[in-house]
Amino acid sequence: MKLTGAQILIKMIKAQGVDTIFGYPGGATIDIHDEIVRHNDLRHILVRHEQGAVHAADAYSRAHKTTGVALVTSGPGATNTVTGIASAHADSIPMVVFCGQVPTGLIGNDAFQEVDIVGITRPCTKHNYLVKDPEKLAATIQEAFYIARSGRPGPVLVDLPKDIIQAEIDFQMPEEPKLRSYKPNYTPNKKQIAKVVEMIKDARRPVIFAGGGVILSRASEEITRLATMARIPVTTSLMGLGAFPGTDPLWLGMLGMHGTFRANMSIGHCDLIIAVGVRFDDRVTGNIAKFAPHAAIIQIDIDPTSIHKNIPVQCPIVGDCKTTLEHILFLMEKQDPKDLAVDRQPWLDQIDQWKQTTPLKYDQKADIIKPQFVVEKLWEITKGEAIITTEVGQNQMWAAQYYHFDRPNHFITSGGLGVMGFGLPAAIGAKAACPDKLVVDVAGDGSIQMNIQELMTAVENCLDVKIVILNNRYLGMVRQWQEFFYNKAYACTNMESAPDFVKLADAYGATGFRCTEPACVEDTLRKGLATPGTVIMDFVVEREESVYPMVPAGGALTEMLLV
Amino acid sequence: METSRYLLSILVDNEPGVLSRIAGLFSGRGFNIDSLSVATTDEPDVSRITMATTCDAQIIEQIKKQLHKLINVITVNDLTEKKYVERQLALVKVHAKPEKRAEILRIVDIFRCRVVDVGHSHYTIEISGDSGKHQAFLSLLKPMGIIEIASTGAIALAREMGK
Ligand SMILES: Cc1ncc(C[n+]2csc(CCOP(=O)(O)OP(=O)(O)O)c2C)c(N)n1
Ligand SMILES: [Mg+2]
Repeated sequence: MKLTGAQILIKMIKAQGVDTIFGYPGGATIDIHDEIVRHNDLRHILVRHEQGAVHAADAYSRAHKTTGVALVTSGPGATNTVTGIASAHADSIPMVVFCGQVPTGLIGNDAFQEVDIVGITRPCTKHNYLVKDPEKLAATIQEAFYIARSGRPGPVLVDLPKDIIQAEIDFQMPEEPKLRSYKPNYTPNKKQIAKVVEMIKDARRPVIFAGGGVILSRASEEITRLATMARIPVTTSLMGLGAFPGTDPLWLGMLGMHGTFRANMSIGHCDLIIAVGVRFDDRVTGNIAKFAPHAAIIQIDIDPTSIHKNIPVQCPIVGDCKTTLEHILFLMEKQDPKDLAVDRQPWLDQIDQWKQTTPLKYDQKADIIKPQFVVEKLWEITKGEAIITTEVGQNQMWAAQYYHFDRPNHFITSGGLGVMGFGLPAAIGAKAACPDKLVVDVAGDGSIQMNIQELMTAVENCLDVKIVILNNRYLGMVRQWQEFFYNKAYACTNMESAPDFVKLADAYGATGFRCTEPACVEDTLRKGLATPGTVIMDFVVEREESVYPMVPAGGALTEMLLV
Repeated sequence: METSRYLLSILVDNEPGVLSRIAGLFSGRGFNIDSLSVATTDEPDVSRITMATTCDAQIIEQIKKQLHKLINVITVNDLTEKKYVERQLALVKVHAKPEKRAEILRIVDIFRCRVVDVGHSHYTIEISGDSGKHQAFLSLLKPMGIIEIASTGAIALAREMGK
């Protein structure tokens, strides 16, 4: 059967179970776009900026659990994807980005809209390809998806010269990819598993520390069973939120720079950390030399480079989080339950005391809205069931602290790279993946302006997302650092010059509400969430509110600034 | 931490961009490359990269793991942990004044090198050996006045054990 390169591309994408492509056309992709619209079972969502396409594909992967796809043209279309790719790379999100490219004969000639996007994205993709032979197109696409989602997942870019896309060739479905140089190891070492169980039995003050790897390998259930079985309290990184129920008594709250007092204190005092799918980022460890001074560390990760990178560990295990936890649980179930939680009560009492004396707190007065209050009300009203995306800054941290995530894949944030402008396109991607879910972007007034053009994408495609702006008229997180560490010199962080977000919503065909009084917060949320279509809720909040606790950069986790 | 020299033998897919992936990994993570040598093997789609680097034990662990993580890297062999033969080839152009020629030729003889080009006032000498031999040779030639040097990176293979 003779097919064009464009037909092969679409066929191979559909074979991966993908039903949505986020894209933007150009000269180099006309053939592909021409082909896409002939397929009723494949939806093309026309974003308004290529960065939006990539963030949307990222969130689609996270919410839908199949690999997100973005399709952009050569040159500026390709370079516009870099931030989104780097964000997905930092968060290990599976995704395939297809870029148009000038015809192979012109490559290297500085042709119109030619950039070496493979060279540009080499350090921020898991792998990337330039297809030079139409015969290899199908197999390359299949390999790209396989690499994106296997092992430690990540973004893969495929650069498609126009002549490859136009070529007509005999199509044959390629065999399953088999790479001699890439064989991720999912199964843990048996001996290490036995050691884990011994270490758990010996521990008196253990903590489970779960990260994004638990979400990616869908191991929340196993984490929860492990915690419950041995009565081990659980903390997570930002990327791990939802891996363990945020309403469970064993929940410690998030760890790190803006972690809860009890989570950070627990790490400072524990004698064992069971770290699962985490990479010990500096925002989570604080001062490395002072991190968990009394603890032995078990680290489970599919990526060997994550182990011993920042923190020396006593029991490293390379393996898939879920598979490894299954092995551990299997062995634990054979133990006498009494041996698994020896003398646990004093430890849990200690943690409870930290929780009682120093909880997350804010003081909602009658006159001005506290941003934390908005998030907590949002949580109440939505019963914790919404998918929450965030922008970056204080809004992101308050969403993390006050929307008590009970389930995985419901918190979608740019964790590793911290990209302002992520939340709105991400909300669109999540909504495309889960049309029956309520999707809310918890936004800052600064960040929302970075990809505001995607409002049109949401409205056009009836991807109803709800945007909650915590409007402090500041680049709040930077302002907070200036307040704490730069003598309150608020250089270049004032955002009082801002659009009227209600009118802006209207201009895009969405609906806008503004709320300036604490008494109206609940009402505005209820109204906004119940209004069909895309909605902006602009909450004018306390300008100089700060995120607490805060571990100053380079400080020990237990040395927190508190309210 | 204490640093030492490590010699890695890396088999990779013989494809465009692979060297750039490896070089990018080193520059992006602040690792250092002392020397590098690349050529295809008896399998045309496989190349061997021999790389020398100086770092501490923790860094070399990361380097090995990060290299392995690259999709196009097939195997990473740390020769430092093993018995191996190492060679490096250099061409050394040195001033050869008439009164010094006998001495230069004596050094060439001792190190089993060869003079491959002779001029009115210079010799070009070919030397092959491990990096220790090169260093010793160059330190003896230095007083004669070295004009220029071209040197390959180290290449190495593990010794076969047993038999
Ligand atoms: C693209 C990008 N540029 C700059 C930054 C640095 N930065 C981090 S938080 C922040 C302030 C964000 O302001 P806003 O969206 O209003 O959120 P707030 O902190 O006020 O809630 C800035 C500028 C960033 N993270 N991303
Ligand atoms: Mg703000």
